Amino acid sequence: MEYFVQQLINGVTLGSIYGLIAIGYTMVYGIVGMINFAHGDIFMVGAFVSLIAITALGLTASTGLGLTIIALILVLIFAMLIASVYGWTVERIAYRPLRGSFRLAPLITAIGMSIVLQNYVQIAQGARVKPLQPIIQDGYTIMRRVDEQGEFVVQISNMQIFIILLTTALMVTFSMIIAKTPLGRAQRACEQDRKMAALSGINVDRTISLTFVMGAALAAVAGLMFLLYYGVIDFFIGFVAGVKAFTAAVLGGIGSLPGAMLGGLVIGLIETFWSAYFSIEYKDVAAFAMLALVLIFLPQGLLGKPEVEKV
Amino acid sequence: MSAHPLLAVSEVETFYGRIQALRGVSLDVHQGEIVTLIGANGAGKSTLMMTICGSPQARSGRVLYDGQDITTFPTHQIMHMGIAQSPEGRRIFGRMTVMENLMIGASVADQKFFDEDLERAFALFPRLKDRRDQRGGTLSGGEQQMLAIARALMARPRLLLLDEPSLGLAPLVVKQIFGAIGELNRADGLTVFLVEQNAYHALKLAHRGYVMVNGQITMSGTGTELLARDEIRAAYLEGGAH
Ligand SMILES: Nc1ncnc2c1ncn2[C@@H]1O[C@H](COP(=O)(O)OP(=O)(O)OP(=O)(O)O)[C@@H](O)[C@H]1O
Ligand SMILES: [Mg+2]
Repeated sequence: MEYFVQQLINGVTLGSIYGLIAIGYTMVYGIVGMINFAHGDIFMVGAFVSLIAITALGLTASTGLGLTIIALILVLIFAMLIASVYGWTVERIAYRPLRGSFRLAPLITAIGMSIVLQNYVQIAQGARVKPLQPIIQDGYTIMRRVDEQGEFVVQISNMQIFIILLTTALMVTFSMIIAKTPLGRAQRACEQDRKMAALSGINVDRTISLTFVMGAALAAVAGLMFLLYYGVIDFFIGFVAGVKAFTAAVLGGIGSLPGAMLGGLVIGLIETFWSAYFSIEYKDVAAFAMLALVLIFLPQGLLGKPEVEKV
Repeated sequence: MSAHPLLAVSEVETFYGRIQALRGVSLDVHQGEIVTLIGANGAGKSTLMMTICGSPQARSGRVLYDGQDITTFPTHQIMHMGIAQSPEGRRIFGRMTVMENLMIGASVADQKFFDEDLERAFALFPRLKDRRDQRGGTLSGGEQQMLAIARALMARPRLLLLDEPSLGLAPLVVKQIFGAIGELNRADGLTVFLVEQNAYHALKLAHRGYVMVNGQITMSGTGTELLARDEIRAAYLEGGAH
């Protein structure tokens, strides 16, 4: 029981990170109908920018609580800004010129951009893994049991609390933006009928750019979380995390925002429980087997849009 | 009538790839007028409406709005200048509610008028008020048409472009919509450029009309003049409402 609860906490934490990345895939797919394969690498860039900023600020575990919070907020904003610039640029140079071209064209440039970003970071930052000493430490013991087999404790670390709370806050904010603001309405309008959106005075190009920017900013948050949580990053983390977040987006129903969050959670939980109860080596296989199963039996995803409109 | 027409289209040619849809179209719409464009299927009427809005853009010729050359302006910018269109096929945002559709329509207008304009739209089409929280895609065809017109009005346009507003509507509702267009024109001085299959009603309502055949304007005149012409009666009013 304790073991189960512990895995649940770990799984939700991991799922939060995947969910944040998945939003970028799902939103971009919704609005331009393409899979932005460079998105995972934007997440990786976000992690590296965070690392650089943390190092520059000299943030360590011994920094006081107040300063740590201020510094992390600065790091977060900085990483979101830089990643946004990357996301915006990728769209501007690699996708926009191909809008209206054949469907596979942006997919190919997306893969190209992914390779470019990976190689660029590999050259600029080196190919070896970069470690970061833990900054947010400690936690709470929420369950404890002692019996003849030994002691079992369930812990939630401050880091996990930070990740889960920040993710929840971002997702709520983000859903509100989509549901209630003019920008959110413009995004949904472009998603449904770009021509009519333009006829309503919406700047379609700008709206699409902003969608990439929002996705990239959330990916940067995920990048910072990943860095703080695992303490090591390299130029390749965007690939694996990206494919899993993509799986999450498909699982939840690509194009659906709540779907991306739910899909992220499910993938995080599957991966964690698989590692805990079966074999850690095959955790990625479990996640990708899930993708295959979903594509076969539930191509719409869990919360995919049923197409009921009249035309 | 002001010095220059509110809308002046001159020698416009529009292509879809290699297919030419408009072959040198020229026409004027003056401030305060209702002008209608009639023509057979495929004549190029909708293409002209869309060309005015820059989507697609004219390959040659010019579109002047309020004296300004807007031929190569991006669509969203043109819509910010006081032109609104209820396009062919209605193009309702199906996964958004009636209210959200109206809010999108109002996004180019000054938000302080929103409540007032909403009231006006609901007064015009009370059915929409009952269905304000229903998704656009689940409205009936006629209700969608009402929503498309209401959405265009929410933009507070100076020039309203209507592409077949009567399509799919019951005769009573058509009457009501045409009545409403006439009323908006008289009371608010709204300028209307209207494409219609329902040539009889349209020519009755309009101050002037143009006839388009194969991407060209072949006839023009006041509504009464055109209604009286035999070739118009034969081509566009056969079996129509008399
Ligand atoms: N997107 C497009 N691609 C290629 N050809 C097009 C396109 N849209 C319209 N056309 C062609 O351009 C011509 C004019 O079409 P348009 O829709 O303007 O006619 P219309 O007068 O509005 O007809 P209707 O009364 O049926 O609505 C037609 O021959 C049509 O086939
Ligand atoms: Mg048409």
